[in-house]
Amino acid sequence: MLQNDIRIEGMVLDECLTVSLAELTRLCGSQGRILRLMVTEGVLRPQGREPDERRFSGLEVRRARRALRLQRDLDLNLAGAALALDLLDEVEILRERVRVLEYQLGTRRERDPR
Amino acid sequence: MEYKDYYKTLGVARDASQDEIKRAYRRLARKFHPDVSKETDAEARFKEVNEANAVLGDPEKRAAYDALGSGWHAGQEFRPPPGAGAGFREFHVGPEDLGDLGDFSDFFASVFGRGFRDTAGPHGQPRRRRGQDQSARILVDLEEAYRGVTRQLRLDVPELGPDGRVTTHSRTLNVRIPAGVTQGRQIRLGGQGAPGIHGGDPGDLYLEVEISPHRHFTSDGKDIHLRLPIAPWEAALGATVQVPTLGGAVNLKIPEGSQSGQRLRLKGRGLPGDPPGDELVVLDIVAPPAATEEAKRAYRHLAEQLNFDPRANLRV
Repeated sequence: MLQNDIRIEGMVLDECLTVSLAELTRLCGSQGRILRLMVTEGVLRPQGREPDERRFSGLEVRRARRALRLQRDLDLNLAGAALALDLLDEVEILRERVRVLEYQLGTRRERDPR
Repeated sequence: MEYKDYYKTLGVARDASQDEIKRAYRRLARKFHPDVSKETDAEARFKEVNEANAVLGDPEKRAAYDALGSGWHAGQEFRPPPGAGAGFREFHVGPEDLGDLGDFSDFFASVFGRGFRDTAGPHGQPRRRRGQDQSARILVDLEEAYRGVTRQLRLDVPELGPDGRVTTHSRTLNVRIPAGVTQGRQIRLGGQGAPGIHGGDPGDLYLEVEISPHRHFTSDGKDIHLRLPIAPWEAALGATVQVPTLGGAVNLKIPEGSQSGQRLRLKGRGLPGDPPGDELVVLDIVAPPAATEEAKRAYRHLAEQLNFDPRANLRV
C-alpha cells in the first residue's frame, strides 16, 4: 500500500458554471454529434441561439452525463433517456418537497384521543 | 478469493434460458442503476449484476463458468482449477462488457483473465484508454455547506502492473468543498478517477453532495427552513425574538396576530451564493402546559374573556 497526499479544489457543477460544447464533449467523454442531437431533441437546454454561442450550465453537464449513462447501461434510445431524466428530476423535486414538509410537520405527532 | 454465484446474483436457475437471463439482467439493471436507485449500495449491486451478465449473457463464457461445476456456493473460498486461467485467456474482455480495471472481481479475472493486454491498437501497439470516471457520495452538514470545508477522502485505487496483476494502493485526497454547495450538486475532480490503461489519461472523480440531517434546520436548495416555536402571546401581541441562522443568531420581528404555519422570510440568510438563499421561518405556536393552579386559572380567565371558538369554520 503506497500512500500519497493530494490537495485539490474541485469544479462545482452548478448553475454558476458555464461550458462550451467542446468542453461539454470532453467532460462527457462523448462526441459533439451526440450532444448536438440532445440539444435538438430538447434533452439539453443551453443558453445562446447560435451553435458557437451555446453555453451549458453545470446542471446541464450532469444531465448530459446522466443521459449518456442511461442510454448505455439500460440500452435506451434518446427519447427514452429523456423521459427517464425528466421523471428522475421530478422524483428528486418531490423527494425534497416531502422532506421539507415532513420537517415542517415534525412536532405535530398524532396522539390517541382520551 | 471468493466464489461468485452469478446465477444467484441474477436470481435465475442454473438451467435458465438466455432469454430469461436477459430479462432478469434488464430488470436488475434498471433497479440498481446508480442514476435511478437511491439504495446506498446501488453502485456495487449494479456492478455485480453487470459482471454476472457479462458471463451468463455470453454463451461461451457461461459454458466456461458452468464447467467449474455446480458444487460451489457464493462466498466460498475459490481456487481456480489448474490451467483454467491460462486456458481461458483467449476470452476478450473489452469495453463492450463494461470492462475496465476495477470493474471486475478477482474471481472474474481468475476465470477469464484480464483481457486488457490483448486489446491491441491498429499497429499492434496496446491501445491507450482513458480511465473510467468514478463517482462517490460525500456527506456534508449544513454548517460545512455554509462555510465551506476541506474534506479528507481515502480512495483505494486498483492498478494494473506490467505483469497483468492488479495491485491496490490507497490515495488520500484533501478536497476543498466550497461554501454554498447544495443537496445533489456534483463536484468534479479532474484526473482523480480510475487510472488510464497503457498510458491513457486517468478518468475524473465526481463527488455528489449529500446534506446530512440537521437538528434545527432543513434545506431546500439554497433556502433553509426553520420551524420556530413561539408562545401564544408572542403570536397575538407581536414580539421580537432571537432565531438561529447558519451565520449566527438574528432578531426576528413576529407581527401582531400571527398564526401557526405562517412563514416569515429572512432574506439572504440561507446558503451563500449569487443570489444567496433565504431562511424561511415557519411559526409554530406552542400552548404552555396548565401544570399549576395559577396556570389553570389564567387559562380559565382567558376562556371567559375571549369568547373564542376555534371551530367556528367547522359549523358543528
